[in-house]
This record gives sequence, structure tokens and C-alpha cells, in this order.
Amino acid sequence: MKKIFQKSYIALLLLFCYAPIIYMIVFSFNDSRSLTKFAGFSLRWYNEVLNSNEMMKAIYYTFFIAIVATVVATIVGTITAIGLSKSKKIVRDIVLEVNNLPMLNPDIVTAISLMLLFITVLGSGSKLFGLVTMLLAHIMFCIPYVILSILPKLRQLDSNLAEAALDLGATPWQALMKVIVPQIIPGIISGALVAFTMSVDDFVISYFVTGNGVRNVSIQVYTMSKRVNPSINAISTLMIAIITIVLIIINVIPLLKERRLKSN
Amino acid sequence: MNSFSKMAKPYILWAAFFIVFPMLLVMFYAFTQTGGDVAKFSFTLKHFIKFFTEKAFLEVLFLSFRIALITTLLCIIIGYPMAYFISRQDEKIQTLLILLITIPMWINLLVRTYAWIGILQDTGLINTFLESIGLPKIKLIYTDFAVILGMVYNFLPFMVIQIYTSLSKMDKSLLQASEDLGATPFQTFRKVVFPLSIPGVIAGITLVFLPAISTFVIPQFLGGGQYVMLGTLVETQFLKAGEWHFGSAISTIMAVIIIASMYITKKLDKEAGER
Repeated sequence: MKKIFQKSYIALLLLFCYAPIIYMIVFSFNDSRSLTKFAGFSLRWYNEVLNSNEMMKAIYYTFFIAIVATVVATIVGTITAIGLSKSKKIVRDIVLEVNNLPMLNPDIVTAISLMLLFITVLGSGSKLFGLVTMLLAHIMFCIPYVILSILPKLRQLDSNLAEAALDLGATPWQALMKVIVPQIIPGIISGALVAFTMSVDDFVISYFVTGNGVRNVSIQVYTMSKRVNPSINAISTLMIAIITIVLIIINVIPLLKERRLKSN
Repeated sequence: MNSFSKMAKPYILWAAFFIVFPMLLVMFYAFTQTGGDVAKFSFTLKHFIKFFTEKAFLEVLFLSFRIALITTLLCIIIGYPMAYFISRQDEKIQTLLILLITIPMWINLLVRTYAWIGILQDTGLINTFLESIGLPKIKLIYTDFAVILGMVYNFLPFMVIQIYTSLSKMDKSLLQASEDLGATPFQTFRKVVFPLSIPGVIAGITLVFLPAISTFVIPQFLGGGQYVMLGTLVETQFLKAGEWHFGSAISTIMAVIIIASMYITKKLDKEAGER
């Protein structure tokens, strides 16, 4: 009896979590403008998305920015985390405290602070508003997450190993790439993953720092949402599909590697 | 080894320029006004005075607090049983359920919120259903209810995951000990399980309350154009009214609220840990 109650509570809440998403996916295939009456299956809204220069550009910008920001943030974050783990405690504490700010601050505060920065440094009419400012902003808010997911891994690391490598004649670079980095790979991967999703998901910061008509999907959806527009359902479903595929690939690759290692 | 510590230096410069300097700029704008001369700034507290004395702005502050508090409470009330029940399933099912809770968080908040518009609209799913069974329509969208629903929907997973984490880390032998010593299941829950899960609840509170008080997408989509919360107010000051100084002052107030609540929860967390 108790078990049944628990299971139905879990099922009900999961339904609550998924119902709106499923509803949206279903209506992205609707043949009419209506968001309530399903008039038959059609791909017309997908056609509209694929034929719209604006929406395709938004998808392109979203992933271009996410990939570049993730790569840069992961590299910088890894280097910084390793550096911090060997720094004096006081330096580390201060940097981590500052590093926490973008994560603690409401998005909107980070957003306007960056907007003010770019306007002060670049001037309000600068041509760099758009892709460049968005990239810088995304790199800025992604690095803290990377650092935070790598540092715990470094703490578990035996610091004697790197020293042993140096004593045995490895250059610092070799010690880094052959001893330290391989041991913190899980942290680097999860950091990169968080950075990537943060970037794809971001609306508020992008919305404030963009300019010259550059839009990612979030800004595009926000602009289109002013009136009923079923292509939002289609573009959202497309994004969900892409994210799901990325997630599956990321989860499957390590499994395949493991299997190959085992069979060898 | 010292050669490695140099690796943190570039980021220190970067953080100074992209994190610290922008925050200082916000504070600079918050405490200044542009005088008669162009580009001449003078110190002033008038933006803060304006915010705390004008009724319209105080109402925004109270509304934001009220909505964020209700959202947080609801997330605890709904999320705690969820986390507790999940933690009592078989281990493999637990992982699956947590994954299922996490997946929607990978989807853009904007998209997740937009999906609710179709459901709550006057001509939306719920009202169409009510009409078809002969019941009167109810006003759902552009109400407090819609905004709170949207927030609970978006932020509940944070709460569930935090509480679940603290529950699953719990030493199971404590439960057995309590049982062996004659406690009823309810007593075990009240005296053992719940106190040990408080850090999770506190972590969940910060993860729900902070975004709830500062979001501007959810009130805009589900509360309508007239529904102004703190985040919405900042957005209008910057992008519509062009009042950067006043907008910066509100942002500063928001940052202070956040830092204060972080400080309080940290303290609560410590006390819970000491008990």
C-alpha cells in the first residue's frame, strides 16, 4: 500500500515535469496555428524554421558560441585550477571567492555588469557588440564552473606524483600532460559539459550584451514569443533533439571506450 | 612546483577585468548621477532613496519576496517527499529517477516556461478541457498562480536533487540502529532522517529562492506585461527607460539581498552541522 502511494507520487511529479515538454513537442507537429486543437500531423512549422534565415542563424550562433566558449573555458579553467591547487592558500581563497561571484549573483546582475563593461570599454555603438561580446560573456560565466568541477579532483591527487615525475627528469610540461591532466580528465569532462549547457541555455546575459542583430535561440524565442507563433514549438523541439543527441553521445563514448579496453 | 602556481596568473587578470571591474562599475553607477555637464558624475544616494520611499517600487520588492518565498516553500513541500521516496527505491531505479528529474533542466528555461502559456491560456488546454465537460472557464494565465506554477516547475528539480543527495549520503546503519532501539518509522524519520537532511534542504532553498527572486522571464511570460518583479524592473530601467543609474541601484540591492541570504543559509548550515 505504502509502496503504491510512493510510486504514484513519483509518477505524478514526473508527469508534471514532462507534460509541458511533451505537449510542446506534440503541437510542433500540428497542422494549424492553434495551441489547443490538434488538426493533424504536419511538418509545416519545421519547414518554416528551416526556411527562416533568422531562426537558422540563431541555431548556428547558439552552437558556435557554445562550442567556442566551452573549448576556451575548459582550457583556461583547467590551467587555472592546476595553478590554483599549487598556489598559496590566501591567493587561492581570494580567487575562488571572486570566481564564485558570477555563480552566486543573479544572472541579471552579471548581465548588466557586463553590459556596462562593454559599453564603457568599447563605446555604445561598437561593431563588436554581438558575436564578440557574447563570446566574451559566455567564456566569462563558463570558466567558474570548469574550475569548480576540476579543483576537487586535484585535491584528491597525490602531489608527490608530479614531483616524482620532475625528479625523474620530466619537464614541467611533460609532468603536466602525462601525470596531472590524465588523472583529472573526469573533472575536465564534467566541467566542459556544464559549461556547454550553461552556454546553450543562457538567455539573460546574452540578451543584455548582444547587439547588431545577433541572436541566439533564446533571444530568438523571446522575440518571437510576443505573439502566438507555433514555430517556437518547432525550434524548441529541434533544440531538445540536438541536446538529447549530444547527451547520448557523451554518455555512450566512455562506455564504448571501456568496452574496447576490456576486449583488448 | 612553483612553476605550476604561475598558471593561475592569467585568470587572475581576466577575473579582475571581467568579474570585479564590472561589479564595481555597477556600484559606481548606483551611487552617482550625471550632472549638467555631460560625462560628469557626482555622488548621490537618491536612487536608493527613490527605491525605498516610492510605493510602487516597494510593492515590487514585496511582491518579489512573497512570490520567491511561496515558491521556495512549495518546492520543499512537494520536493521533500519526492526526494525521500526516490531514496527508498532500488539503487538502479534511484539513478534512473534522478536522471529523469535532471533531463528537463537541460532544456532552456525560456522554452520550458513558454510551453506553459499554451496550457494556461484562456483558450488553452486546461480551459478547453473545463469547457468540454461543462465547467466554467477559469482565469489562469497572468495571475500569481501562473507565475508561482512556472517557478515551481522550473526550480523544483534543484530542490529534489539537493535533498536526495543529502538523504542518499546518509549512513543506513543509523536507520537500523534507530529501528533496533524501538523507534517507530515516524520517530526514525523525525529524529534521525529529517535532521540529517537539513543541509540538503538549505542548499535547495538557496538554489530555488535566488533564481526565483531575480528571474524576469517567468513573470513576463506567465504574469503578463503588468506583472513587475525585481528582475523585470531592472530590465525596463536598462533597456526601455535608459535609467542606468537607477537600474544599477536596484541591481546592487539585489546583489546585497543575495549575499545576505547566502550568509544566513551558510550560518544555518553550520548550526545544523554542529547539532
